[in-house]
Amino acid sequence: MNKTQNNKAWLLVLPVFLLVAFSAIIPLMTVVNYSVQDIFDQNSAYFVGAEWYREVLLDPRLHDSLLRQFGFSGAVLLIEIPLGILVALMMPTRGVMASLSLILLAIPLLIPWNVVGTIWQIFGRADIGLFGWALNNLGVDYNYAANPTDAWFTVLLMDVWHWTSLVALLCYSGLRAIPEAFYQAARIDRASKWAIFRFIQLPRLKSVLIIGVLLRFMDSFMIYTEPFVLTGGGPGNSTTFLSQTLTQMAIGQFDLGPAAAFSLVYFLIVLLVSWLFFTTITHLDNRK
Amino acid sequence: MNWMAWTLTTGVFFSVIAVMLIAMTVWELRCPSTERRGFLPIETSRGDRLFIGLLSSAFIHLLFLGLTELSLWIALTISVVWLAVVLRWG
Amino acid sequence: MPMTKTKTLGITLYILFVLTPIYWLLNMSFKTNEEITGDLSFWPKEFTFDNYMVIFTDPSWYMGYFNSMTYVALNVVITLMVALPAAYAFSRYKFLGDKQMFFWLLTNRMAPPAVFLLPFFQLYSSVGLFDTHIAVALAHCLFNVPLAVWILEGFMSGVPKEIDETAYIDGYSFPRFFVRIFLPMIRSGIGVSAFFAFMFSWVELLLARTLTSVEAKPIAAIMTRTIGATGVDWGVLAAAGVLTILPGLLVIWFVRNHVAKGFALGRV
Repeated sequence: MNKTQNNKAWLLVLPVFLLVAFSAIIPLMTVVNYSVQDIFDQNSAYFVGAEWYREVLLDPRLHDSLLRQFGFSGAVLLIEIPLGILVALMMPTRGVMASLSLILLAIPLLIPWNVVGTIWQIFGRADIGLFGWALNNLGVDYNYAANPTDAWFTVLLMDVWHWTSLVALLCYSGLRAIPEAFYQAARIDRASKWAIFRFIQLPRLKSVLIIGVLLRFMDSFMIYTEPFVLTGGGPGNSTTFLSQTLTQMAIGQFDLGPAAAFSLVYFLIVLLVSWLFFTTITHLDNRK
Repeated sequence: MNWMAWTLTTGVFFSVIAVMLIAMTVWELRCPSTERRGFLPIETSRGDRLFIGLLSSAFIHLLFLGLTELSLWIALTISVVWLAVVLRWG
Repeated sequence: MPMTKTKTLGITLYILFVLTPIYWLLNMSFKTNEEITGDLSFWPKEFTFDNYMVIFTDPSWYMGYFNSMTYVALNVVITLMVALPAAYAFSRYKFLGDKQMFFWLLTNRMAPPAVFLLPFFQLYSSVGLFDTHIAVALAHCLFNVPLAVWILEGFMSGVPKEIDETAYIDGYSFPRFFVRIFLPMIRSGIGVSAFFAFMFSWVELLLARTLTSVEAKPIAAIMTRTIGATGVDWGVLAAAGVLTILPGLLVIWFVRNHVAKGFALGRV
């Protein structure tokens, strides 16, 4: 759509700008201020310059949790996006069953995040949880509280359970928007299932998939509540992701300076990745 | 505002950013820019180039901190030059 | 057709996977603690409502639901009120810094909450809003408003511009056109944005917990009470968990007919 140039449109955006700026810019400035000071309490803070930045950039603990974070977000995207597409393709297209499966699939999305953690904490326990009990009865030595591999597996499974529905629902609505004529044409051409998917369905899913990938990347990158409730970051540090490391530093040890410095580094990384992503999309759109 | 823990350095930093944004707005109102293609691989407007310049400056500083023991003034000088280059030819 | 059968089987299996952990929570919520920690059973042997009674008879429990609902509702209203005009501006006009503004709004979904908690706490304390519902509602706008603008902008771009122009020629003023003609045309968009705002506000805990202490404490934060000195009160924990799922179910029921269209966020 060709838009008209009109700077008065700013008046319509102003409420959003003020509202978001209040909650975004003031805290962000404060975090920047924290990051250059050694803070003991409200009244005694000492300027240390870029010291914390140097420290956190060389801190192996933060490197580890950043790597773990990239591993986790990567795994989440690799599993949830294809699985979500698959689920969307399998969903019934009309009738009561369609509504029913929509509602059932959406349930995990609407559960408070700490309850999600609680559900899986219970579900995976060998003594009172169905999942842990079943695995152990099948002869699998499964204990997410003691074994790092099991803990990782459980956190991933929980995230897949929690968020694949979002991808599936996005794709489902994308698929519904494809006109029936496209399929008829394909049938006349005797296109294979795979050809239909590759050349008709997938291209039409592009825009919803972009939203899905962006949302899942941003949200999984700052995951905190669910693994915190489920494993508490353990065993050891095996499931301590970035947000949790930062929270431990900021609140647990009251190392506000380093925590602030690192969250700004982290913010810059996410900003860069998202900007690259966003620019690529808009420029691909413009080329069309 | 005491809890915001302002320091002179960060105060100057945010003032500079604010002045830049205001200056860009005034400039843009006086003579609107069009998107063009420079040495960057995408078409950019003036505002885009400012953002690219600032973001990459931040990463230049981080690289200096993480990899070298050199003074940040060097990083700052490089960033200013880089920002000017991106704004002019980017 | 064998293909349809495979599909039905696949989707059934996936839905079973989604429902099993919830079934287990529901199952536990009707058991006594002795039965939970004793032998594993697929169905409560002594069916009991005691766990739910604990919640429904204690104000410090059920007020948690009330608090959560209040700030979520406030948040949905505020989000829509500010996002609708902004989305219209983004979908219809070019203006100074529009693209930068749009991207900046989106970046607010990316800030790591952990370290921002303390400044948030101090910010809302300093303006005297600490421990109020409106504080949580405003804080949640940080990530809900950008998303709502994004979704609504998609829907509005799908409405041809000629409609606006015709209405203006017919003598409609902007506010009247917006409310009487434009909003009804993007009904499902509004429904879906409201759904997303509800969803992200309802499930968020960190900010809600940080900004409240007694008066506006959300239910999800109250749940940690079940972990006491004598161990975890699993039954009550499960019952409280089940009750947090119900409002979501209700909301999805209302928007189910818009969901198919709406989840595409108008950009197919």
